[in-house]
Amino acid sequence: MTDWSTPRVSPVPLRPREVSLRERALDRTSPLRQLDWVLLLAVSVLVAVGGLLIWSATREKEIALGLDPQAFLKKHIINAVIGLALGCAAALIDYRSLRAYAPIVYGASCLGLLAVLSPLGSTINGAHSWIVLPAGFQIQPSEFAKLAIVVGMAMLLGEKRDGESGPRDGDVLTALALCALPMGLIMLQPDFGTTMVFIFVILGVLAVAGAPARWVVGLLVAGVLVGGFVAPHVLKDYQLDRFRVVANPTIDPSGVGYNTTQARVAIGAGGLWGKGLFQGSQTQGRFIPEQQTDFVFTVAGEELGLVGAGGIILVLGLVLWRGLRIASQATDPFGRLVAAGVVSWFAFQSFVNIGMTLGIMPVTGLPLPFVSYGGSAMFANLMAIGLLQNVHMTGREL
Amino acid sequence: MSDRSRLRIVVLRVIVVAILSTLLGRLAYLQVAEGATYRKAAADNRIRAVITPAARGQVLDDRGVALVRNRTALVVSVTRSILRSEPDRGADVLARLSKVVGVPAEQIALAITPCGEKLKNGDIASRKTGCWNGSPLQPVPIKSYSSDHPAEVRRVLAIEEHAEDFPGVQARYAAVREYPHGSLGSHVLGYLGPLSEEEVAKAAYKDRPSGSLIGRAGVESVYDEQLRGVDGVQRLVVDKDGTVTGTQGTVEARAGDNLVLSIDSGIQQVAEVALAKGIAAARARYDRLRGKNFTANKGTAIVVEVGTGRIVAMASNPTYDPTVFVGGISTQEYRTLSNDPGQPLLSNATQGMYSPGSTFKVVSTAAAVEAGNPLLGSYPCPPSFKVGNRAFRNFEGEYFGTINFRTTLVKSCDTVYYKLAYEQWLADGGVKNSSRAREVFPNEARSWGFGTKTGIDLPDERSGLITDRGYKQRLWDQTKQVKCARARNGYPEVAKTDPTRAAYLHLLAKEFCTDGYRYNAGDAALFAIGQGDVLVTPLQLAMAYSALANGGTLYEPRLAKGFLSADGSTYSALAPVKKGKLASTPAVLAYMRDALRGVPQPGGTAQTAFAGFPFGQVPIAGKTGTADVQGKAPISWFASFAPATAPKYAVVVMVPEAGTGGTTAAPIAREIYDAMYGFGGKKALLGPGGVLPSGLPVVRPDGTIAPPGTKVPKPAQRLLPTPATSTRALGGPLPWAEAVRRRSGGPT
Repeated sequence: MTDWSTPRVSPVPLRPREVSLRERALDRTSPLRQLDWVLLLAVSVLVAVGGLLIWSATREKEIALGLDPQAFLKKHIINAVIGLALGCAAALIDYRSLRAYAPIVYGASCLGLLAVLSPLGSTINGAHSWIVLPAGFQIQPSEFAKLAIVVGMAMLLGEKRDGESGPRDGDVLTALALCALPMGLIMLQPDFGTTMVFIFVILGVLAVAGAPARWVVGLLVAGVLVGGFVAPHVLKDYQLDRFRVVANPTIDPSGVGYNTTQARVAIGAGGLWGKGLFQGSQTQGRFIPEQQTDFVFTVAGEELGLVGAGGIILVLGLVLWRGLRIASQATDPFGRLVAAGVVSWFAFQSFVNIGMTLGIMPVTGLPLPFVSYGGSAMFANLMAIGLLQNVHMTGREL
Repeated sequence: MSDRSRLRIVVLRVIVVAILSTLLGRLAYLQVAEGATYRKAAADNRIRAVITPAARGQVLDDRGVALVRNRTALVVSVTRSILRSEPDRGADVLARLSKVVGVPAEQIALAITPCGEKLKNGDIASRKTGCWNGSPLQPVPIKSYSSDHPAEVRRVLAIEEHAEDFPGVQARYAAVREYPHGSLGSHVLGYLGPLSEEEVAKAAYKDRPSGSLIGRAGVESVYDEQLRGVDGVQRLVVDKDGTVTGTQGTVEARAGDNLVLSIDSGIQQVAEVALAKGIAAARARYDRLRGKNFTANKGTAIVVEVGTGRIVAMASNPTYDPTVFVGGISTQEYRTLSNDPGQPLLSNATQGMYSPGSTFKVVSTAAAVEAGNPLLGSYPCPPSFKVGNRAFRNFEGEYFGTINFRTTLVKSCDTVYYKLAYEQWLADGGVKNSSRAREVFPNEARSWGFGTKTGIDLPDERSGLITDRGYKQRLWDQTKQVKCARARNGYPEVAKTDPTRAAYLHLLAKEFCTDGYRYNAGDAALFAIGQGDVLVTPLQLAMAYSALANGGTLYEPRLAKGFLSADGSTYSALAPVKKGKLASTPAVLAYMRDALRGVPQPGGTAQTAFAGFPFGQVPIAGKTGTADVQGKAPISWFASFAPATAPKYAVVVMVPEAGTGGTTAAPIAREIYDAMYGFGGKKALLGPGGVLPSGLPVVRPDGTIAPPGTKVPKPAQRLLPTPATSTRALGGPLPWAEAVRRRSGGPT
């Protein structure tokens, strides 16, 4: 019989055990053990390959201008380092406080987008989506707005409710209303590509949140209708021409069709093994405009061939696959929705970017995640990966 | 997690896989399946070839006289694709241009319309309306101005000075072919034409830009490769702005070789003039059998060096001036040339086939001896000879009694040959198509070069026709099904309009169906006098007579004697090519050479034409021919060689629908002999000893060309293998083409 009255005393003094740093790092619950290393490795490969491609695409021009041939490569590395720091912050930040920060992120993004439309904004390469800061820095708020939309949607739709399988109509409407403001601001720039990314992120999050099928299908149909009937009246002629070129690549090869034709020639000429880094005649002859940003994939196509360019697609696929794995293993709806939103974002953007270089999608100003040159995009992308890691570490349904 | 969420993540996974597969599939398609196309596009993007055309070689005669040379001309041309991008589709520009060049605007518009395009009035653009058969992106030459007319050139240069008023029009200097002697030797020389887009696609022309000129006829076509030289190409690497970033390689232009012909411009000139005069004389003569003047709408005269087979002169009438092709022939000019009934673009010497008539009797005589008849025997020459139930008559029913072969040749007795051929036909089995038949007459004809192409270095030569039992059987086997069907069913579709003709055709079909395979006695008899189915080209006959003259060697006729490099540093001579030996023995040939001396002399069939000819200085041996043609006046022939005792040159003349050989052809031949040997107060065209220079002309240090034998610093002779087989001269690369390249240090 147990003597319940006798207090149980530990044979050893009850005070926190001294744990070494090494032990802490290797503990089951430490971030290093909890990280999704495959995801991190895949993203690192993309960033590294991106650096090589950007270097190849910009080298000749910089030499011609008498500048440092590695200038873009160096800036890409700096962007990646800053992005890594931001990503770590996003990964290690407390989950609950992240939800508290969501409204701030959202508000800041909307303010940024507003600033773009104000006299602070400026037009670079035909897109009015930049804020030029002193000391040669530029910010593209729409990249951060993608992040804000993902977090904001996840917060609104990820509230736990008992006995419900998903958000109700009211929640959906609230979420849509939330998105309407930044979307409207982006359409005013106008940035058609980013608008489309928003629509796909919204669709992805709504779907995974378990919103009624009528909403998902309804939005999809509405999107198609808007694209098919409203867009031709709203879009400017040059934007419509980008669609016409996809249908008929031979129209006006020196005008609208120039980019797509040159891009296809570069990729096609690469063949199975490619011409070798720095050896592509299309790339080194600078036949493709915007090659280090939107058309960076053509460098891979020409110089690395099917092996290299196909490899990039497969590594991107690996990133998406790990993201979906994180979504399905997440223990709480918020984390799952963040992961779903990030995957939708990267999936759509990768498809449109690579698709346009292959001539199956219209030309839009969307960069290839992790690979293209560009600070704002790199920061936003790596922060999104940080969020995925955060969800991964917080808890898994095994 | 709710089931719904789980399901939707699965859907998202499917979508991701679909996206990735789409991209990978498209990537593989572009890079692997279509890779070659894009690799070429990428190369085209980057490399701009700047072409410096090589100067085309001249064509020289045996003494170094230029028959074709180059000059600069101002060529006005119009690019249609640029014109049509004008607001008014270029109507305004054409109107302005019309005023400058003096060609109606409508005519220019038609000239630049691609062939086959539908016109406003519903017609299809064709050669008749005028059309352009080259690339639509290529400038179409409208008119060219010789630099000899500075006033005109200045006026037309206004087009370039006011280029903004003339979009799509250009006036540029270009090196163009010049023919200093007009139409002289046009059938030999040929002309140039631009390469069409389709031709450029072919492998043979792959390194030549469309619109570049290529030989289209004559020696310009056969020796295009040697004459053309090698265009200089600078391959520049450019970036997207067209800024040159480097050079990938430079090939210096190498001027084409000068082609030396065996043609002697003096004798060629004489032959052309004599032929034209003889034709005019025939047209002025009354043909009492047909009750009108002779038609005589064409003719040819050929002079061959019998010991080598080299062509000294080859005249064909009517002729044309190749200058019309310079800078692009106008539609109207081409129409005129093509619609002319005399077909001036065709050479009667190589592209016309005619019955040889009695000139063929040298073959028949040789064949008769071969068949076993004594060379020195006597043969009856009755007025007519009955073959089966049909009587074959002598010309105008002549009768010469019993005569030897010498007399049969000199008097041209037909009945002797009817009988000889008939006897051989019986010996060969008559109408039976026995495979043991000796076919002496057709086989003899083949050994003399008839029935096959001579192998001359000219394009599109005809081969003539020699028939025998085997030929008849093959023809019948091939066509009997069609003809026998006709024999059963007749020609109802012809009967609707022309019942008489239908009945005639039906009869012929019935006859062919039952008997067409038979080589009849009549076929054999007519063959022996060069009538019936026998067809020869005048050149074949000239080569046959050359073989008779030189003792039995059949040469391939050659126009090219050799090549001189543009700077004269190297040259190459072409050796004569033997084609075969005559089947006859030297004794038979010697007998006939001697016998034919009687033809131009008193008592022979050409005595009138050669009246007063100094046979003591230059004996002539020849044979007249008067070949009957159904429903037309006979073809007049004269085939000959001289000097008969030691033959050097053969002269063959033919004029269709012009009466007997003695009246039309023989006088033309005589005029040629007179000029060659300098009789009748003319200066001899042949050199000392009655021969033409045998060597090649030489290039002086200043680039001008001097006659053979002129003393200049000695050039290095190129070692040339003798062409092994003659046919290669017309087909692929000549065997010595490689040697020419290696020696001159060009690309190999």
